[in-house]
Amino acid sequence: MAKFIINNKEYEADVPADMPLLWVLRDVIGLTGTKFGCGVAQCGACTVHLNGEAVRSCVTLVSRADGQHITTIEGLSADSNHALQRAWLEEDVPQCGYCQSGQLMSAAVLLRENPNPTDSDIDDAMSGNICRCGTYPRIRKAIHLAAKLQKEGGAK
Amino acid sequence: MNKTSNNNIDRRGFLKSGAMLGGGLVIGFVLPASAKQLRKLNSPAPNVYFSPNAFLRVGVDDSINITLTHVEMGQGIWTTLSMLIAEELDADWKNISIEHSPAGKSYVHTAWGLQITGGSSSTWSEFDRYRQAGATARVLLVQAAAQKFGVKPEDCRTENGMVISGSQKASYGELATAAAGLPVPANVTLRNPDQWKYIGKGVKRLDAPDKVNGAAKYGMDVHFPGLLTALVAHAPVIGGKVISFDATAAKAVAGVRDVVEVPTGIAVIADHFWAAKKGRNALKIVWDPGPNTSLNSATQMADYKKQADGKGLPALEKGNVETGLSKAAKIVEVEYEFPYLAHAAMEPINCSVKIGDNKCEIWTGTQLPGIDQAAAAAILGFKPEQVEMITPYLGGGFGRRATPTSDFVSEAVHIAKACGKPIKMVWTREDDMRAAYYRPAFLHRMRIGVNAAGYPVAWKQTIVGQSIMAGTMFESMIANGIDSASVEGVSDSPYTTALADAYVGLHSPKVPVHVLWFRSVGNTHTAYAMETIIDDLAARAGKDPLAYRQELLKDHKRHLSALNLAAEKAGWGKPLPKGHFQGIAVHESFLSFVAQVAEISLDEHGHVKIHKVTCAIDCGLAVNPDGVKAQMESGIVFGITMALYGEITIEKGMVQQSNFHDYKIARMYEAPAIDVFIVPSTEKMGGAGEPCVPPTAPAIANAIFAATGKRLRKLPFGNNNLKQA
Repeated sequence: MAKFIINNKEYEADVPADMPLLWVLRDVIGLTGTKFGCGVAQCGACTVHLNGEAVRSCVTLVSRADGQHITTIEGLSADSNHALQRAWLEEDVPQCGYCQSGQLMSAAVLLRENPNPTDSDIDDAMSGNICRCGTYPRIRKAIHLAAKLQKEGGAK
Repeated sequence: MNKTSNNNIDRRGFLKSGAMLGGGLVIGFVLPASAKQLRKLNSPAPNVYFSPNAFLRVGVDDSINITLTHVEMGQGIWTTLSMLIAEELDADWKNISIEHSPAGKSYVHTAWGLQITGGSSSTWSEFDRYRQAGATARVLLVQAAAQKFGVKPEDCRTENGMVISGSQKASYGELATAAAGLPVPANVTLRNPDQWKYIGKGVKRLDAPDKVNGAAKYGMDVHFPGLLTALVAHAPVIGGKVISFDATAAKAVAGVRDVVEVPTGIAVIADHFWAAKKGRNALKIVWDPGPNTSLNSATQMADYKKQADGKGLPALEKGNVETGLSKAAKIVEVEYEFPYLAHAAMEPINCSVKIGDNKCEIWTGTQLPGIDQAAAAAILGFKPEQVEMITPYLGGGFGRRATPTSDFVSEAVHIAKACGKPIKMVWTREDDMRAAYYRPAFLHRMRIGVNAAGYPVAWKQTIVGQSIMAGTMFESMIANGIDSASVEGVSDSPYTTALADAYVGLHSPKVPVHVLWFRSVGNTHTAYAMETIIDDLAARAGKDPLAYRQELLKDHKRHLSALNLAAEKAGWGKPLPKGHFQGIAVHESFLSFVAQVAEISLDEHGHVKIHKVTCAIDCGLAVNPDGVKAQMESGIVFGITMALYGEITIEKGMVQQSNFHDYKIARMYEAPAIDVFIVPSTEKMGGAGEPCVPPTAPAIANAIFAATGKRLRKLPFGNNNLKQA
């Protein structure tokens, strides 16, 4: 029986040790905000935080995640009031939206570690997340805006 | 915040629990022509929710629910079409919620007669119908208010979801029940453009709030007790078949519930994806590779070149092209090659199916729900109305979810039927890449005669590539052997049609690779060929590429308006930073005219850096300007992928690419700054979702030519050694 603390709530799941965390979240626990895009850590749609670090849950096995703190998009904020979520709405970033959970989770670590990212920092942190709709220019703008909102004390 | 839910799964929950919308507290407004339906909608039966043609319902709680026949796949159509209703209804934007319609005759496309989201047509084709629905509702609400207030309707006005007369006012919700009993007016007057509050102005996307917190539900997210996950092992060779299989090891995997054979392969059904995947890995299958083991991209293109020696069927024939060419001062001969392309939407293909005694429920992201419904019904021996199509959000479409053959829906229905359990069929990324339908590979051969000044006088072009419509229900649209999707952008181009002598010939070889429309369809290759050859001719004539186009397009004011605006905003002809170069392209598709200027530089390794793309569009009235801009940005990034990377190759009948490491998609670091400008226009409305794509690759290629003197005649051109000829 594996145990996880997901979005500050404890879960137990009878799942094999070699099962990727992505499928525990989606198919066992029912947290479907984290998306399946490629299964091989190429697209970033499945990005979650493992003890605060962005990981690709499609290749993060239960054996690694067992007993650890996990944050998914559903836990990024209580009511979509994370600076990034507000900025995403302000810039109308999403199109099909399928990749956006992963984009936000990657951006959240960037912004926490680097409250004032340059375009080049954004390129480095965000190039692991594919968006087929091509929302990159708006993601870039939204990250800059979130940095500003965060500085203004609006961040959680 | 808008209360927006696409979620038909939730919707069904409402009905079952009877929590919200029963009891006749909701009225449905329909078009005047469908007045009979309205009376049905007034009935208190809970199936009021599923009544056809209800584009709009006003709840007693002031809720405004809009049923959209067009599906949201990123293009922003939820927002744009809702603006049309909100405009005429004078609705309070924050009370609007949306859902996708079921499959049904009432939901067919106003111009095309089938239920489809595609062809960049949703806004122009619904512009009148949705406004009329809103206006009809408003008239009835005003009448209800007038009766309640004891005044004349003309003494009432509406504002943000309220009817007001003097000191009296009532909300739409308060008037909804009374309005439902009134006769539907035969005619309604639509607002003049100078009265518009929403159309042409900015609103926020209705689907965005659900897409920033994980709440948005896609087909992949369908989840209910008893739903199992199915993965299918497909033949590795295109057209291969199962000879035999041994499922012993697969069934021994914990969580695997069943293994069944379906026409397209062997399906493993399990408690969750991971067990299904492990089970699939454990399958032992003997495949008959079938007849296509010699299929090979390189030999296929060589064969296309041979076919191009023949005349082909005429897609455009003017004068006598050979005579015209013989009189030309100079002949330019070139060839272009284009590969197969995979749509590669971020949400891999999936479809959930639950079959009951007399009905079947299907949850899937589809652009063609009616066709999928019919396909499922045929497999099950049901009538179409026994199949309920529930459409969650689409995690990207780009044409892949508009399959005339209903390939993935059929596969999922076969699995559910064979195993007798509700299943969610999930394709892995590798399945999605390989069991796919592709933008067809194409060859273009051009022989262009130019006069002494360097302008074309005779144009011969031979196009070789598979027909998308051949062999499908759209076959009847092929006229005289010409699938317009193969030649659009050439046979109707202002460059070819203006000439006295022109011939566009088409060969449509049969190749056993499934092909399909792909965002901007034929224009994905034709615009590249046309806009790079025009650039080439300009350079050969010693003329500026913009000036050369302006001369050729002087009688095409919408091409020119986009071209000139893009050039002006990009600072065409003005000094650029050292090492930067610009390229330009303009193309009409889907009734819109888009021009783009790409600004690039090349590093010492010949990697291209696309610094900026400046884009101008004339789409007529832009109902949702920011939505149009978002689509232009989207199409430009899509076009960058197509230019640099997009390529599916086949060897020994097997698709070589499998995932995003070998089918690369442009990433953040490759996305340029994008400036979009909308031409103020009162011309005929066009589309936005596709016309953004065609100019990007040629604009980049023309900029690379400006930097290197090298013409790139084969896509993708990769991102390496672009300095070398």
